[in-house]
Amino acid sequence: MSANGAALQARGLSKHYRRGSEEIAAVSDVTLRILKGEFVAITGPSGSGKTTLVHLLGCLDNPTAGELSLGDRPVFGGEGKRLSERRLTQIRRETFGYIFQNFYLLPTLSVFENLVLPLTFHRKQGARKDPMGLLKQLGLDHRRDHLPGMLSGGEMQRVAIARALVNAPDILLADEPTGNLDSKRSAEIVGILKSLSREAGVTVIMVTHNLELASEADRRFEMRDGMVL
Amino acid sequence: MMTKFQVACKNLMRKKTRSFLTLMGIALSAWVLVSLLGFNQGFEAALDRDIDNMGFQMMLMAKGCPYEAATMMLKGGTGLKYLPQSVAQDVLKEPEVEAITPMLMQTVFDPDKGENGGIAAYLGVDPASYGAMKTYLKFRQGGWFGQGDALEAVMGYEAAELEQREAGDLIFIPEKNLELRVVGVLERSGTQDDGTIFVPLRTLQRTFGRQGELTTIGIKVRKDADPGRIEEKLYELPDVQVVSLAQVKQTVMSLVSTAKALVLSIAIIAIVIAMVGVINTILMSVHERFQEIGILKTIGAMPGDIFQLIWMETLLLCAAGGMVGLGLSLILSRVTEWLVRSVLPFAPRGALVRIDLDLMLLSLGAISVIGLLSGLYPAWKAGRIRPLEAIRSEVGG
Repeated sequence: MSANGAALQARGLSKHYRRGSEEIAAVSDVTLRILKGEFVAITGPSGSGKTTLVHLLGCLDNPTAGELSLGDRPVFGGEGKRLSERRLTQIRRETFGYIFQNFYLLPTLSVFENLVLPLTFHRKQGARKDPMGLLKQLGLDHRRDHLPGMLSGGEMQRVAIARALVNAPDILLADEPTGNLDSKRSAEIVGILKSLSREAGVTVIMVTHNLELASEADRRFEMRDGMVL
Repeated sequence: MMTKFQVACKNLMRKKTRSFLTLMGIALSAWVLVSLLGFNQGFEAALDRDIDNMGFQMMLMAKGCPYEAATMMLKGGTGLKYLPQSVAQDVLKEPEVEAITPMLMQTVFDPDKGENGGIAAYLGVDPASYGAMKTYLKFRQGGWFGQGDALEAVMGYEAAELEQREAGDLIFIPEKNLELRVVGVLERSGTQDDGTIFVPLRTLQRTFGRQGELTTIGIKVRKDADPGRIEEKLYELPDVQVVSLAQVKQTVMSLVSTAKALVLSIAIIAIVIAMVGVINTILMSVHERFQEIGILKTIGAMPGDIFQLIWMETLLLCAAGGMVGLGLSLILSRVTEWLVRSVLPFAPRGALVRIDLDLMLLSLGAISVIGLLSGLYPAWKAGRIRPLEAIRSEVGG
């Protein structure tokens, strides 16, 4: 990461859609800076643009306008130039780990197979050499050979976290990671994300509408109508 | 660690019934393909073998239909025409003719044959010249007749089995009220001789009132001779037709070409149906795994990785189906042979469907190429799925 400690910087980041003759500003002119190892939460009501923002920050989509840098490396710069899906994938797999509300584990693969699946496609320099260690760390070593269908929601999300960490990402993006969990499991997952930030130095960006969970983060960005307040 | 191959195998196991049905579709088309190719090479080889085993390269017979001639030569049919025995001496005068063997085919209705009676055929031969041409004929019991006009017979292997006769037994020619003593029984040769009852030429001529007449003269030409030129010279003889083995082969091949075209059409249709089935199965699978494929891209899979994964699944299905099809074609080769024989106007003896290693490898290669082609579109489509589209189909915010 950069010398000034910024993991990610966005300046004037916008995403506009056209629906018929109407132009919808999903994200408008967002400027923010997230430091390496920081745990931030993006909150806001439904339709506020928090998920669209996290897609832009996570290089899952091209912005309509604005700039984005990962460390001191510019990714999106100025207007107009769109990156190909191939280029976006290359950036994503070098930098990000993703966690989603619905876990998205492959049902035919065991817990361990799901965990090491990213390594089938790409082994990043510095990737975990002991994936089982990750499972132990997350208290899932006894579930190694179980299929996802045999796990609880909390356990499935912990497997998804382990999968996101296996290639040692710099930034972990968690989009509503507790959306399908009860409050006890939600607190547990947020605790894991917090400790990853504190102890492993992973930058964590979490989208949530739960203010209580968001309060666990170092900083909180509140969104409304596509803008960060 | 996991390989893409392992991931592809596990994906196929997800919908076991669908994968199995698709695989069986490919297996059936592979069975048809292998059997057809096996028939193509087996039929020609069997025909060549039948013709080679005749011991002569040309036949001279009275002018008539060449199809009848070919049928008689290969199967022993009816509708006989005669040529004078003196022609044999004229043929022998040709310097390029190495040897000849005169033959007279006669048939009678035998009321004791089968349930409702049947045609019994007798071939009058000169044992010295006939045996010299057909050196592969071996005796299981006894030997050739002693005299050219003896009341004796030699039975082919199947004829003896059918009539339950051994050397020393008597056989009876119906209508002629004549008894012949069996002096020899041949070993199985795999040719039309197995079903033939051989009688001394003069005995048969006298019995049927055909003195000085023949139905066929078998001609063996010298190795360095030009068969085309000999054929031309023989046609100078009055009221004869020359049937060369190349002609016979061509005639028979043209008879079976319709059947071959039919089987080929069925094979092509089966392969096209299997291909469409494969494309459909893989496309359905890609559609069902839309989100999952998108997520694979968020965890590091490039479009090329997804393309390979889906392509591999298609190839696996086709290769496995192809191998099952090969197994089926080997196990059911007798059934295939029976089916093929039932639709052919003429079938030589011996194996009609010949499946060897080369053919199996060729067929497996063809099925794999078909699999690769079938997988192109679904794999390309899957490679183009954007992770964002997959995620958007679930969440908002």
